[in-house]
Amino acid sequence: MKGNEAIGEAAIRAGCRYYFGYPITPQNELTAYMSKRMEEVGGVFIQAESELAAINMVYGASAAGGRAMTSSSSPGISLKQEGISYMVGAELPGVVVNICRGGPGLGNIAPSQSDYFQATRGGGHGDYYTIVLSPSSVQESADLVFLAFYLADKYRNPVIILGDGFLGQMLEPVEFKNPAFGRLPRKRWALTGAKERPPNVIRSLYLKEGVLEKRNWELSKKYERMKKEVRYEGIYLDDAEFIVVAYGICARISKASVLLLRAHGLKVGLIRPITLWPFPSGVIKEVRDKIKRFFVIEMNLGQMVEDVKLAVEGRTSVSFYGRPGGGVPTPEEIYKVIKDGKGYF
Amino acid sequence: MEKAIFKRPESLYETPFHYCPGCGHGIIHRLIAEVIDEFGIRERTIGTAPVGCAVLNYDYFNFDVCECAHGRTPAVATGIKRVRPKSVVFSYQGDGDLAAIGIAEIIHTALRSERITAIFVNNCVYGMTGGQMAPTTLLNQKTQTTPFGRDPKKAGFPLRVCELLATLDGATYIARTALNNPKNVLKTRESIKKAFLTQIEDVGFSLVEILSPCPVNWKLSPVDSIKWMKERMIPYFPLGEFKTPFAK
Ligand SMILES: Cc1ncc(C[n+]2csc(CCOP(=O)(O)OP(=O)(O)O)c2C)c(N)n1
Repeated sequence: MKGNEAIGEAAIRAGCRYYFGYPITPQNELTAYMSKRMEEVGGVFIQAESELAAINMVYGASAAGGRAMTSSSSPGISLKQEGISYMVGAELPGVVVNICRGGPGLGNIAPSQSDYFQATRGGGHGDYYTIVLSPSSVQESADLVFLAFYLADKYRNPVIILGDGFLGQMLEPVEFKNPAFGRLPRKRWALTGAKERPPNVIRSLYLKEGVLEKRNWELSKKYERMKKEVRYEGIYLDDAEFIVVAYGICARISKASVLLLRAHGLKVGLIRPITLWPFPSGVIKEVRDKIKRFFVIEMNLGQMVEDVKLAVEGRTSVSFYGRPGGGVPTPEEIYKVIKDGKGYF
Repeated sequence: MEKAIFKRPESLYETPFHYCPGCGHGIIHRLIAEVIDEFGIRERTIGTAPVGCAVLNYDYFNFDVCECAHGRTPAVATGIKRVRPKSVVFSYQGDGDLAAIGIAEIIHTALRSERITAIFVNNCVYGMTGGQMAPTTLLNQKTQTTPFGRDPKKAGFPLRVCELLATLDGATYIARTALNNPKNVLKTRESIKKAFLTQIEDVGFSLVEILSPCPVNWKLSPVDSIKWMKERMIPYFPLGEFKTPFAK
């Protein structure tokens, strides 16, 4: 199955019945898939007039208690930031998929990791975080969709799935495993009509002095709880002298390089963050004093490398190798960078 | 026994409005609340609060309300209605909200004939931000951002929303009313009723544009505002039903 379609199917199986989209490459298969499948399962599909409308339909559907999702690619995700910020402010769950492409501006339609900062730093206006999940295969794309809906409901916060054009387009076998997550509380806050209860209000405006500050401190406690959801994959960390840090498709490629380097006797390990926010700083702190150097590989000008450096706190060297604007490195390329110690900064 | 013939509708809380003297929002809130009570649908009504002077309308409305980003109200209402098709969902929007930043959303919501009702408050100005030009600001009208009067060469022409929406197949009930005298207030109530009925009967999309005074930003007394509505506003924005599924 194509990555984009696997995401759609997983969403349906996770109980998503409201999908709102707007066409953009390289995620069009997802919108097309949902237009067909929502009809089959009796759900709602709307091709919105813009990404602004689409995310605000998600906002409305979620406010009414529905499991809702939208997807897009970088330029469209920029437009969705308004709605994502409002969702966080109003504590509404929802899943936003970004099949990232090259930027800035219209950029290109090649796979890229150019939106890491935007995804992990809130992205829209205000002072907030969203959980950001980063799959590196079609299977994991599907798995993380189930998780995304669960976490969104658990924390009443939007969850971002940050893929890229490669993952969206790639064909791989996939199995839909609907995991048994913990029980979720009833959505007593949802707009269902004020029957036998006082009216519910969904809002993010708090004008009175001090009220918003207090509320944001409350939200910050929630972000702290969300940090417990950190997930990563680590390989060869026990004896590693060098560690590659990469996520998404770039981690998949880097894994091949690590195996190649190992075959040539270099003690290289790999840390692959699965949650980009919360960032797996813990594991980096655990290994930082034992190793000679981190190599951060990204398909951008160097964004996650800042999080790695924050976790390293200057205790060891951190090098970066990146391919911006839709460039995709090969395993040999990364192998060379690490083997020869050249080409990075 | 005494019989109450005029009382606060159940759909309104017992709270004084915070609106400026002579503002129309309070009247419109009351009319909506009366209609909701009359239909007995308070417990299945979901309203919206727009970015604009009416953003705190949930402080007055005694039913579920969803605050929305500026102009996105019809998209939010769409999302709500698709999840709760049995609910009665209305968007409440100013002219900046509906006719400028949210013009795409209202057009496409009407095109989809979304089963929602839009209450469109046209006061020819951006109220909340202090009286800037709105898409509905009249020619020569002075606002904070048209200090010399609206000049079409520089600032374009006013938008007639009802006439525009009436060209769309999905728009089912489209009417314009005004709050300039008691008779027209009652007509407004009648139109709001028809608009809600269009939704309740699952006929299609409905919108009522209500010409509403904003004395503070017009820099007129409430009495002169009413005069201004009759002499300036209504001639440019003619009242009436532009589309209706009901027999006239
Ligand atoms: C995206 C965005 N742009 C601008 C604003 C600032 N703003 C708040 S209210 C408003 C205009 C409201 O005017 P209108 O819709 O006519 O409603 P009124 O206040 O007159 O009732 C604007 C521009 C905002 N909150 N959000």
